Amino acid sequence: MLALYIRDVKLGIRAGGGALVGVLFFLAVIAVAPFAIGPDANLLARIGPAMLWIGALLASLLGLDRLFQVDREDGSLDLLILGSSRHMLPLTVFVKCLAHWTASVLPLVVAAPVLGLLMNMSPLATFATALTLLAGTPAIVFIGAAGAAVAVSLPRGGLLVSVLVLPLVIPVLIFGVSASYAASTQPDPFLPPFLMLCALMLFFAVIGPLAAAVALKGASD
Amino acid sequence: MAETTISGRLTNLANPTRFLELVGRFLPWLAAIALLLTFAGLAMGFAAPEDYQQGSTVRIMYLHVPFAWISMFCYMLMAAAALGTLVWKHPLADVALKAAAPIGATFTALALATGSIWGRPMWGTWWVWDGRLTSVFVLFLMYLGILALTRALDDPQRSARAAAILTLVGVINIPIIKFSVEWWNTLHQPASVMRLDGPTIHPSLLWPLLVSAIGFTLIFFTLHLMAMRAEIWRRRVAVMRRMAAKRAENRAPA
Amino acid sequence: MRLTADNLGGERGGEPVFDGVSFALAAGDSLVITGQNGSGKSTLLRVVAGLLPVAAGTVRLNDGGEDFPDVASACHYLGHQNAMKPALTVAENLDFRRDFLGHPLMTTEAALDAVGLDSVGALPFGYLSTGQRRRIALAGLLVSFRPVWLLDEPSAGLDLASERRLTALMQGHLAEGGMLIAATHLPLGLDDAKALVMPGGGSG
Repeated sequence: MLALYIRDVKLGIRAGGGALVGVLFFLAVIAVAPFAIGPDANLLARIGPAMLWIGALLASLLGLDRLFQVDREDGSLDLLILGSSRHMLPLTVFVKCLAHWTASVLPLVVAAPVLGLLMNMSPLATFATALTLLAGTPAIVFIGAAGAAVAVSLPRGGLLVSVLVLPLVIPVLIFGVSASYAASTQPDPFLPPFLMLCALMLFFAVIGPLAAAVALKGASD
Repeated sequence: MAETTISGRLTNLANPTRFLELVGRFLPWLAAIALLLTFAGLAMGFAAPEDYQQGSTVRIMYLHVPFAWISMFCYMLMAAAALGTLVWKHPLADVALKAAAPIGATFTALALATGSIWGRPMWGTWWVWDGRLTSVFVLFLMYLGILALTRALDDPQRSARAAAILTLVGVINIPIIKFSVEWWNTLHQPASVMRLDGPTIHPSLLWPLLVSAIGFTLIFFTLHLMAMRAEIWRRRVAVMRRMAAKRAENRAPA
Repeated sequence: MRLTADNLGGERGGEPVFDGVSFALAAGDSLVITGQNGSGKSTLLRVVAGLLPVAAGTVRLNDGGEDFPDVASACHYLGHQNAMKPALTVAENLDFRRDFLGHPLMTTEAALDAVGLDSVGALPFGYLSTGQRRRIALAGLLVSFRPVWLLDEPSAGLDLASERRLTALMQGHLAEGGMLIAATHLPLGLDDAKALVMPGGGSG
């Protein structure tokens, strides 16, 4: 299992800088916002956490469709499924998700505080947002894995995966953004939405890989 | 067939061989002069009088202005290299472009960071979305885009053309950066060194600035030459690996 | 150990490709499947491996012991694709296979030596030619132990010397009590293999 994790992280970093493209997309989305909304610093600070969340959400959906498709194209998916008698397939999927998160999504979380600066957010709000991203983005990857598995045999699954997954991650977005706001606006407590976010992440960590494993078994041909 | 492609690759590298030789000889000198000038410039900067409005904060100018200058200079250099790739198909031109991108991105990031640190006490904010800052940020994004593109394609031949075209399209941003302070009302101060009617900055501040700018430019060249050398070596390693794979095939039946 | 298929049927995309296939393999037995294009050779292999659902009949592994309780756990499957990552080096690919599959058998060096490519371990897999890639995939069969080899056109892209080496590898596997099912349209040099001719697709 560790071998699979290391292999996938290596591939994520080596194969044409997939991680860099994700961060770049994140940067570009955030950079476009002030052009659309106007450079009003107060307004930007107010919508900052929401913008960061939307940017991170879209950027982490970006490479998700390739999660299993690459393995399917070169035949390694057969290897993973055939190995399922030793390593439970959901666990294999879980490890693949973790590797994908480490290589492609963790850089987004690291970049978030810098972008918070550009959105004129207060340090407290920035770090609260980064923290919620740290807790919330794995949920996106886990549930996205289910979408990627469903669409694995489709030739142009990319957009479809995003369409399938976006409605499912709305709860994550709700609690992530409300926790980020709660940290900076005084009367709202930070902890309840944040704990809900963590609970969602753990819930998806179970449901996502299970669903993905079932879909992968059915999709192999 | 296989022989011609390999020997063709080797003649392509013949020119870079001479380049490597020259770089090997001049690099230590260049590096020494660059460091000397930079330290001299920064030392002069610290000896220079403080600004009556900004106090000692103004000293970050001796870092910020060279960084910002190099971020644009590097892009122009990459654009020239892109022309070299597209028009003359010179093998070194693509190497120069590819090697410059990460350095340019770093200097742009440094320019943004030092500007941000300078802006905090002066304007009371780390960042504003005004013409100058935004256009430099776009430049930074373009550097990263070129970087991602050159890394994404494994085959140097194909990535060379793609990166060259992307670089040339992006050149439009450079005059926007240069004139952004005049076209839009912004917090960023207007040009004070490179003006048609001569610099408006006081000579006691100008000289350290010039010396450190030249020093940093030489540092940029040092880094660039080193990166080009590394890139040429990287490509040779790739060619040798492919040849090793072929040789394994030839030896196999024996 | 015994691998038996009884009246096995397979389908692809809801359409039956073959049915009524029966065979039994004991330790050291091999089965060579031949047949026209589209007669279901590949489908049969994937059904045996458990990568496709069984449409009719059964396929069973008896006396596999604790290590190999079912068919899938006892199989090496080599499909049309090599299941290797072009961006990783050959050695990284093989090491991953061994770590992931368990039951380590040969070192990476020994496996590469067995396919006559001992010098390519440090090269990225993507740098190799088609035939070399196939041979590395064959080396992947050697790094971890599985009693049953399911090979789909194993000699595709191989030159004469490599084909001979493949025959030697397969014979070695059989001599140690392994089992082997190969789908092919080229002779593999397995003299005492059982033959299974798939009833033709279409014209029959």
